[in-house]
Amino acid sequence: MVEYRGNVEAIKSLVRETEVHRDVYVSDEIFQLEMENVFANTWVYVGHDSQIPNAGDYFGTTIGTQPVLMVRHTDGKVHVLFNRCPHKGTRITTEGCGNTGKFFRCPYHAWSFKTDGSLLAIPLKKGYENTGFEQSHAGKGMSAVKHVHNYRGFVFAKLNDAGPEFEEFFSESLSSLDNMIDRSPAGRLEVAGGVLRYMHNCNWKMLVENQTDTCHPMVAHESSAGTAVDVWKNAPPGSKKPMAVEIFVPFMSPYEFFENMGIRVWPNGHGHTGVHHSIHSDYSVVPGYFEQMTAAYGEARAKAILDENRHNTVYFPNIMIKGPIQLLRVFRPISANKTLVESWTFRLVDAPDLLLERTLMYNRLINAPTSVVGHDDLEMYERAQEGLHVDANPWVNIQRLYDPGEVADTIAVTNGTTEWQMRNQFRAWSKFMTMTM
Amino acid sequence: MSEISNAPTEQDIISFVIREARMIDQHRFEEWLELFADDGYYWMPLEWGQTEARLTTSLMYEDKLLLKIRVERLKGNRTFSQKPKSRCHHVLQTPQIDKFDHDANEYVTWTPMHYVETRLDEQTLYAAWATHTLAMVDGALKIKLKRVDIVNCDAAFGNIQLFM
Ligand code: FES
Ligand SMILES: [Fe+2]
Repeated sequence: MVEYRGNVEAIKSLVRETEVHRDVYVSDEIFQLEMENVFANTWVYVGHDSQIPNAGDYFGTTIGTQPVLMVRHTDGKVHVLFNRCPHKGTRITTEGCGNTGKFFRCPYHAWSFKTDGSLLAIPLKKGYENTGFEQSHAGKGMSAVKHVHNYRGFVFAKLNDAGPEFEEFFSESLSSLDNMIDRSPAGRLEVAGGVLRYMHNCNWKMLVENQTDTCHPMVAHESSAGTAVDVWKNAPPGSKKPMAVEIFVPFMSPYEFFENMGIRVWPNGHGHTGVHHSIHSDYSVVPGYFEQMTAAYGEARAKAILDENRHNTVYFPNIMIKGPIQLLRVFRPISANKTLVESWTFRLVDAPDLLLERTLMYNRLINAPTSVVGHDDLEMYERAQEGLHVDANPWVNIQRLYDPGEVADTIAVTNGTTEWQMRNQFRAWSKFMTMTM
Repeated sequence: MSEISNAPTEQDIISFVIREARMIDQHRFEEWLELFADDGYYWMPLEWGQTEARLTTSLMYEDKLLLKIRVERLKGNRTFSQKPKSRCHHVLQTPQIDKFDHDANEYVTWTPMHYVETRLDEQTLYAAWATHTLAMVDGALKIKLKRVDIVNCDAAFGNIQLFM
């Protein structure tokens, strides 16, 4: 067994130009190192600020495997704090989200903290006099994540001081978030509809790769989307195509459709499918929406916003967004072979409810633990997680449409069935994994 | 159905609910689908005490077309997540009749249950309440709405592939 900790060469050798070693998916040590490096040197999605509209509102989540709280401070600013009491480690909040008022109060010994994490009060404070308490970790209050960036409502954080600044890390890839937000006539999104949580017995990166895997829908989803197409064929002639059928049918599009949709890669592991069109391009018009957009932006700009139908945008390391339907999936790593997938949906402020209704139907049909499309995919991930234990071949192939001239950290638009975006993710993985070693 | 001769008895309602679960356990899915009225829905809320299904998402909110897609899919040759197939098992408390209204043609039952789904070496237990809203349609009882509230509806689940 190779030991990876402190062994930059061994880690780098896991990622080759066109293949990656299975240890990136199955090794517990690699997983631990990912948490300490990939999830610390990059900007990781924390949450959306509409989840915490008022001072004192908080939302609990994780960065990698680190429990954190996103909280709205008294002055309106969003802070991200580690969710542990500086005294004995107790988790500070009782609920997953809520309002804590002007301060957090630890339920164990009642130490209290302002909503920026600073220590407010300790009962029987005298007991700490002349003990050097001010110099202790505990005396400084709840630890805060230093690097927090709120991009038009989307809150990201970076645990380490190392790693690129926010704008440099995302650069032009922010255009996908922009398009999702601009689809609101008010230029604002709100988390809405509830979050679907789906446990996967596989490595988190399998899910991330799947987001730009355009050679699987017509194969793996033949069982679900293909059946939907068949069942719909038997509908009485003249029946109006239901929303659900509109959602399922494009999954069965032929290879050319996916080849022609195009893939764009960006530096630092970001990229997206659907440069020219996507499975979301041909949904029915929602009455009144275009008029609202025209009123807000003018016709030309409204048209430009709505003509952009990007399919899946991957933000490295672990989220994917679908701009045209305002959906965001977080692939939360739990262990090398366990991932919690959260699928969040947003309301376009000032747009018709029918858009949210369609988004929720999409989420339910595709991303729920009860979703047939979800069943198709998870079956493949779990089989891969198992199959990777075969010693005869420890390599996963990501060679499709590889060009030896391909360079890391570049912007390119290419054939929609390329695995370049997967290679892009692994080049970024290698970089951020070893950046501070 | 306003004619009393055609109206169901309380026992008819209870038997219907119990037999419905049995059809699922025995994989008689096509017969099971026929228990639904043409405008019937199967609803599995995501939130505790959820009151609507349009602007709050659900685990399932499916009309007969979507249910038919599921039933067809379960038989499919390339339905790999059902190779091998899942099995399931219901244990019901006796359904309690909450509404028994011939004039409105509406019969509502409430049935606490345990549901087990298995596949390969995995077995998962769910506890839930089923609420059936039934009506007489062309002389037979049909499901207008089957609502299944899982006790831990908001927990992170793995695959749930059959019907509770
Ligand atoms: S553990 Fe929090 S106050 Fe003691
Ligand atoms: Fe898929």
